Amino acid sequence: MSETGIGARVKRVEDFRFLTGKGNYTDDINRPDQTYAYILRSPHAHAKINRIDTGAAKSAPGVVAVFTGADVEEVGGLPCGWQIHSKDGSPMAEPKHPLMVADKVRHVGDQVAIVIAETYDQAKDAAGLIEVDYEELPAVVSMPEATGGNSSLVHDDVTNNVCYDWELGDKAAVDAAFDKAAKVTTIDLTNQRMIANAMEPRAAVGEYNAATGEYTLYTTSQNPHVIRLLMGAFVLGIPEHKLRVVAPDVGGGFGSKIFHYAEEALVTWASGQIKRPIKWTAERSESFMSDAQGRDHVTHAELAMDDQGNFLALRVSTLANMGAYLSTFASSVPTYLYATLLAGVYTTPVIYAEVKAVFTNTVPVDAYRGAGRPECTYLLERLVDKAARETGIDRAEIRRKNMIQADQFPYQTPVALQYDVGNYPACFDSALKASDYDGFTQRKVQSEANGKLRGIGISTYIEACGIAPSAVAGALGARAGLYESAQVRVHPTGSVTVFTGTHSHGQGHETTFSQIISEAFGVPIENVEISHGDTDKVQFGMGTYGSRSLAVGGSAIAKACDKIIVKATKIAAHMLEASEADIEFKDGKFTVAGTDKELGFGDVALQAYVPHNYPIEELEPGLDENAFYDPLNFSYPSGCHICEVEVDPDTGVVEVAKFTAVDDVGRVINPMIVEGQVHGGVAQGIGQALLETAVYDDDGQLLTGSYMDYTMPRADDVPSYTVGQQSVMGASNPLEVKGVGEVGAIGSPPAVINAVLNALEPLGVQDIAMPATPRKVWQAIQGAQVAQAAE
Amino acid sequence: MPTVSMTVNGKAVSADVEPRTLLVQYLRENLRLTGTHVGCDTSQCGACVVHVNGKSVKSCTVLAVQTEGADVTTIEGLATNSELHPMQEAFRENHGLQCGFCTPGMVMSAIDLVQNNTNPSEQDIREWLEGNICRCTGYHNIVKSIEAGAKAMQG
Repeated sequence: MSETGIGARVKRVEDFRFLTGKGNYTDDINRPDQTYAYILRSPHAHAKINRIDTGAAKSAPGVVAVFTGADVEEVGGLPCGWQIHSKDGSPMAEPKHPLMVADKVRHVGDQVAIVIAETYDQAKDAAGLIEVDYEELPAVVSMPEATGGNSSLVHDDVTNNVCYDWELGDKAAVDAAFDKAAKVTTIDLTNQRMIANAMEPRAAVGEYNAATGEYTLYTTSQNPHVIRLLMGAFVLGIPEHKLRVVAPDVGGGFGSKIFHYAEEALVTWASGQIKRPIKWTAERSESFMSDAQGRDHVTHAELAMDDQGNFLALRVSTLANMGAYLSTFASSVPTYLYATLLAGVYTTPVIYAEVKAVFTNTVPVDAYRGAGRPECTYLLERLVDKAARETGIDRAEIRRKNMIQADQFPYQTPVALQYDVGNYPACFDSALKASDYDGFTQRKVQSEANGKLRGIGISTYIEACGIAPSAVAGALGARAGLYESAQVRVHPTGSVTVFTGTHSHGQGHETTFSQIISEAFGVPIENVEISHGDTDKVQFGMGTYGSRSLAVGGSAIAKACDKIIVKATKIAAHMLEASEADIEFKDGKFTVAGTDKELGFGDVALQAYVPHNYPIEELEPGLDENAFYDPLNFSYPSGCHICEVEVDPDTGVVEVAKFTAVDDVGRVINPMIVEGQVHGGVAQGIGQALLETAVYDDDGQLLTGSYMDYTMPRADDVPSYTVGQQSVMGASNPLEVKGVGEVGAIGSPPAVINAVLNALEPLGVQDIAMPATPRKVWQAIQGAQVAQAAE
Repeated sequence: MPTVSMTVNGKAVSADVEPRTLLVQYLRENLRLTGTHVGCDTSQCGACVVHVNGKSVKSCTVLAVQTEGADVTTIEGLATNSELHPMQEAFRENHGLQCGFCTPGMVMSAIDLVQNNTNPSEQDIREWLEGNICRCTGYHNIVKSIEAGAKAMQG
């Protein structure tokens, strides 16, 4: 292993600019003659717009223009990228998602008008002068009520507010297995709505060049090419060659910056109207009511077992909240990213899931770190724990006895996926050991001596990532290919620029991808530059989400490197007057086998651009290769997370005392970055388990609309983590990687809740909903005590 | 419009500003010191922390006119030439940042902690950071960075 190659703990190359305040985020960008936009948003969840009067706003100081829904009626709506079909074969309901609404608002925060002025404060002041005559309508908030037949309709033409009613699996086989079951465990769960809350609020700068007819959009996006495609082709009708999208440094995404948002299209469109650049930056309170939110499932599930606790069948019924409109990938999250994982790491032979997606008068819901897979894992691991309690089988034992064994790969699940490689028992045992599972009883006694209830919780998980094989995704309804592209440009003196279609917003691609180049060409990492985030520089790309950057984007880079080496070998053979077959390339040197003749990588690169001694009849000059990589299968990271909590029975406060994560992420390029990804994911999982929730009241008002109300995990809410890997090399891509971005958020919530329930078990508490806040825990304790007293 | 004068990163600056201008707006928009970030509108996240007369302050919660005559240091004022401040270097060494957005506030806040407590424990650090939110790192490596930075600042 070289010092900066694959597997090295290289310090990040991007850090210097971030640590010195030289990052370049969208809001840091200022264009000549720039104006500022403020978006007027609906204060109501559901209301008819009778009239909008913008007269006073238009004549306010500094105002350049005011536009409303009527001005963009001819412009396309925001598209959804994944079509789901219902059980009966009908396509999902896809009501228009307008950039600004003209008829009725459908959630608090829905866009009503855009005010453009010389300064932001002037735009905001003027927005206060717009008069909107709203006629309030009953809000649809609860999913069971929304689908109940008597509800008001979010979209007048969507019956019962149902977007689709989808199923997966063999229902008859599952029903038959339940008929024969010795024991059935059932569970009802809510996976609460989350808000991604990347620390950088969304922002967008639109600029129209009247001389060339070109538009440029600077935006906080995880996938600028996808935004160019969606906005250009479906919303504004601007062809790709006249539209540049730049996603510069982006301050976190966690899924929420995948999607194409109205503000991006609005500033782009309006910059063409006023012929000046326009900047819009969300205030945090706007982020709360306009960034797509996450999760929000209500699920009933049943697990059938034989008399030994072997899993026979799983039956799942889920209501999934879409919010008011379909966001870009919303429809895929509770279906193909959720139900296809319901086997988990277990051998459950038959599984049936049905998912009803529901429109409500709330902010749209879409992928949030893990997207579907955390919901699936939470359901399974809560259910398995409950099955253990009800059968009297030890929690570790019931998992172990139902686990897919290392010799069963490739493993075909009953829910469409084929797991390629893995060793779940090894990971499981490794986690039990790393967490000192056997020493728990002693720690529990110590906690009890301090008046605390200690609990331990286990969770295993599997995820499908490296999204995705395009043909598979397409067959399942994706309206895009999900390959990735890379261009590796070797410069004349042997330094290298890589253009990647993925996007880094915290993941450290500039370091990890440089390590791939360093390994491939034997060049020091300082000689490598990674370029991403600009559609004018990077040929194409699908961006970063679904833990795909390394598995798919990195593999494209590896493929382009292979092409470079093939060509460079031909050049070296010519220069060394040897046959191509005799040339070896290692550690940055081309040698002729059995001789001491050698050439450095830079010598060959120079000859490619100064082809004086060059096989010009067979080879073009230059050393610059493109590759597109489309994976053959998903990759399947897996793992086991173990959490220990201490509960204060007097206050209900839960403290995470210990958290251990052992993950199988395949080959590790940079262990430091991998650990950091797990830490961050686990903190988000602990946040979901104990702290965070988006709350709407019955009128559809978002009660948790700021950091005063929505509890973000802070440094003293989480512990230091024990993180390890027990990896089987990936089999679905040339780098043998699996993906690490989401594992922490997937595995951790059920480990935490199982630990809380384990702590409270002696008090008779059987269930607790996320987030397990002190109030909820305290109430559960009191409720159980009252129930016990009554018995 | 009132005139406000102060020293920022060792340089005397002066401008006419609207009275409602926040210090962070003044830094970002007038002085183009965009290393100081705005992550919320309720004074919770700490991405905007700068030093005013040596103490950490949330620059989204101070009017520019309130810092008349003050000595302000932002993240851009920490490194001398291209040499990082020991706390910046500790964050780099310990992978204490991912997306980088909360980082300037974290570093400025951490330095003020160490000015008050030269040898902070893990618990001291975690409690001190109650006013700084990070969504990427899970805080594990930020805590390690500050422990290392505190040691380096004494050295």
